[in-house]
Amino acid sequence: MSVKLSTRQVGDVTVVDVAGRITLGEGSSALRDLLRDMVGKGQKKILLNLGEVSYIDSSGIGELVSGFTTVTNSGGELKLLNLNKRVKDLLQITKLYTVFDVHEDEASAVRAFA
Amino acid sequence: MRENKHHVPESVERLLDSTLDSVESAEELALSVAQRAGFDDDDLMKIGMAVRESMVNAVVHGNRYSEHKKVRLSVTHSGERYTIKIADEGEGFDCSALPDPLAPENLMRTSGRGIFLIRSFMDEFQIERRDPTGTEVTLVKYVVSK
Repeated sequence: MSVKLSTRQVGDVTVVDVAGRITLGEGSSALRDLLRDMVGKGQKKILLNLGEVSYIDSSGIGELVSGFTTVTNSGGELKLLNLNKRVKDLLQITKLYTVFDVHEDEASAVRAFA
Repeated sequence: MRENKHHVPESVERLLDSTLDSVESAEELALSVAQRAGFDDDDLMKIGMAVRESMVNAVVHGNRYSEHKKVRLSVTHSGERYTIKIADEGEGFDCSALPDPLAPENLMRTSGRGIFLIRSFMDEFQIERRDPTGTEVTLVKYVVSK
């Protein structure tokens, strides 16, 4: 399976439920396109729920970074939710874990947006 | 790590096209050998990622998806060494010139973490220029941890 992306609103926060593989090719480009589209539509509060991500490679990490930069530069906030061990380990190894605001439950993640 | 009491040396080689499908098949092949070698799930994840990153480098940066260039993959398990070699037919590169992805000025770059992750996940990693052209990487994971 490649990546499956679905969005829902929780108040003024857009939650993107990500499932599958964020890897070079279809997976990483789909995430990139979605985030750019959301920023283009003026969405400022984006929560990436990575709980169902089965695999992420360095390209996928790059898209998380790219998305963070794109959203932040547009005056918005991007946060991460439900990192599994693989994603968490990768972000820690690459010293990106402290760059992102990471949460383990959705309610507190939504409250964390300004 | 599970102990493989019935270790049988194993060696496989493939000549692969420069496509993303080859990245997937290389990872699958490497993991099948690694599983038989007795690596646990944590090490399997690391091996899979290291192979993937190496294959992407070969396909994308080395051979640039050229249909005229191949990637040579070999996976060997012998004794306490599990060895992967991946060779492309590209122009080669100077790995000493790679930026450090952990340096503050590079942290927010969207690429450049592949080789760093390979080094993090494997016990040995070497890059060599091939003659007349291309790059070969050698990845080693010890079957018995040091």
